[in-house]
Amino acid sequence: MDPGLVAQHLLNGLMLGVVYALVAVGFTLFFGVLDVIQFSHGDVVMFGAFTALAAVIGLGAAGVTSDPILLMGALIAAIVVTALLGAFVARMLVLPLAKSPPLHVLLITLMAGTALREAVRVFYPQGSNPKPFPRLLPDGAVELGTLTLRYDVLILLAVGIVAIVAVHLLLTRTRIGLAVRAVAQDAETASVLGIPFRTTVLATFALGSALGALAGVVNGLYYSEVTFSLGLTLGAIGFAAAVIGGLGNVGGAIVGGFVFAGLQTIGAVALPFASAYKDVFAFAAVIVLVAWRPAGLLAEPSAERV
Amino acid sequence: MKVVAVSAALAAVLLALPVAAKDTVRIVFIGPLTGGVSANGIGARNSADLAVRVRNADPKAKYTYELQVLDDECKPNIGVQVATKAATDKTIIAGVTHYCSAVAMAAVDVYRKFSLPVVVWGAVLPDVTYAADIKEVHRVNGTMINQNETAARFMAGLKYKRWAVIHDTTDYGKGHNRYFSEQLAKVGGEIVGTFGVTAEQQDFSAELTKIKSLKPEVIYFGGLTPLGVRIRSQMDKLGVKAVFEGTSGIVSDAYIEGLGPLAEGTLAFREGAPTEKLPGGRMFIEQYDKQKYADPPESYGPFAYAAAVLVMDAIEKVGPDRRKVRAELNKTRDHESIVGPITFDDHRQNAVPLITKFVVQDGKWVVWEDSLYATGKRSLPKP
Repeated sequence: MDPGLVAQHLLNGLMLGVVYALVAVGFTLFFGVLDVIQFSHGDVVMFGAFTALAAVIGLGAAGVTSDPILLMGALIAAIVVTALLGAFVARMLVLPLAKSPPLHVLLITLMAGTALREAVRVFYPQGSNPKPFPRLLPDGAVELGTLTLRYDVLILLAVGIVAIVAVHLLLTRTRIGLAVRAVAQDAETASVLGIPFRTTVLATFALGSALGALAGVVNGLYYSEVTFSLGLTLGAIGFAAAVIGGLGNVGGAIVGGFVFAGLQTIGAVALPFASAYKDVFAFAAVIVLVAWRPAGLLAEPSAERV
Repeated sequence: MKVVAVSAALAAVLLALPVAAKDTVRIVFIGPLTGGVSANGIGARNSADLAVRVRNADPKAKYTYELQVLDDECKPNIGVQVATKAATDKTIIAGVTHYCSAVAMAAVDVYRKFSLPVVVWGAVLPDVTYAADIKEVHRVNGTMINQNETAARFMAGLKYKRWAVIHDTTDYGKGHNRYFSEQLAKVGGEIVGTFGVTAEQQDFSAELTKIKSLKPEVIYFGGLTPLGVRIRSQMDKLGVKAVFEGTSGIVSDAYIEGLGPLAEGTLAFREGAPTEKLPGGRMFIEQYDKQKYADPPESYGPFAYAAAVLVMDAIEKVGPDRRKVRAELNKTRDHESIVGPITFDDHRQNAVPLITKFVVQDGKWVVWEDSLYATGKRSLPKP
């Protein structure tokens, strides 16, 4: 195959991987601190994207025309609102059920996700229709043979990777990160040592959801479109990615995101049959991976979560 | 004697009633009012509504009509639900139904089961009328066979030789793929790759990158507007320079709205003349504008209008009785309508011989012959 095309496929896959990884890190953080699966996370991501869209429209109506300011406004609005939403879900739905069987949390968050999704569909003006997402990034591209390098894609990739690295540093190098890791490892001992359990959990949910909001905005900017149902597939993929990598392991979630994107790209490109089956292929491969390494690709024997 | 006098008085009252207040007859409109193709559904809903309003304003009409509007969301399962709701409501006499072929395919059996005569206004898959011989199902718009024949011939006439095909994997998209491929083979075009994609798919970068390596001159897309917008937009992001050729499924203002300037030069084909060139097109546009609907009629609005008029004409003639209306619709021949005379064949399919070629020019679907592309002032990517 032509090297330009290989590079193009690689770039496409990387872009998908960044979005999946951002979503997967959320799933894995929530599981890390509370051993719960927050199934409304996909819809929280969607909510972030719609918040950004509403912010752009609102700022536009207020007379702002500069793209960078619109973009910053949209990002800040999406991250703040979605982080609060994540903390709210944790406070109202997850924490009260922390002592009950995990199945209850799974169910209640699944319902919360459906409620959130349908609320956007019903209350956002014509929410059932796909909404064009404004093109706020520079439009140009460099052609290198058969490879088309677009500036917006490069910026989105860079932003995604920086965010992932920043979260990693936050967790490994700061006091908050230390608290999160301590709670993840042993909540009771952490409490005895003076780490506020509740605050740490809420902060973790806010952080995971903020990353989800970023994923939603990156997704919207990349495809120039958002729909109320985008959280469904993105949630399923993000969760699968987190499981492949090993639930509770941030590095694993990131690897899982890129592995899933790679599987999808291979499914569409390298298989002889129609690309309609690329998701069938990718999810079937997930089943095989999970059967082979049930604890995840990066699971450590002495499971230090997060 | 008294009894006779009372009966006479009663009879007089009964006879006088229709003059004083007409009976109300209910008909149903079903189409996608939410979701990606809702623009088409809403335009057609308005058009059917217009037909009802015009009829109700006509003093010669025997009945007052009421339009029940239901949303099939372009989803087969929802379509079956709402079709059942309408068909089991005995106060509804007939229907004007469906834009999405996959939905129409799922719903036709409901109409047969509950004997509700319907006239399809937008779905183009031939199987809707031809697959099963269901006497309740009629169609005023044409099928995708004719539009794909024209699509293949026309493009071959422009000297294009290499195609890549992307189609959605519903009955609708598969039908387009099948008929287009057949017709293209006849005119000697080559298909370098065929890609089936799900109707919900978001990311096409892998498919389009592969297509880029196959170097087609034209990308043929068999599917509906939302996917069309995504694919065209991602073609640009990946630097795929081929001509984008769609079907009647993307001939909508929503396509242009979703893409902005990127829509320029997109080709598509649809049965029937453009609205303003239809026999009753001017009248239709004038009446439509008068009602001040918030949304345009879109490309299938005139068909929905004609279908509603056809249904009401049948009810006027034989009365509000489903079986009689069905029999009346079945034998429709040379029935004057705004889309031209309607004649149903043995499968109750109207023959719409004329196929119009469209190209997007300056943010509008323009008939090819009237476009700057036909005169050579603008050009599509060269073969």
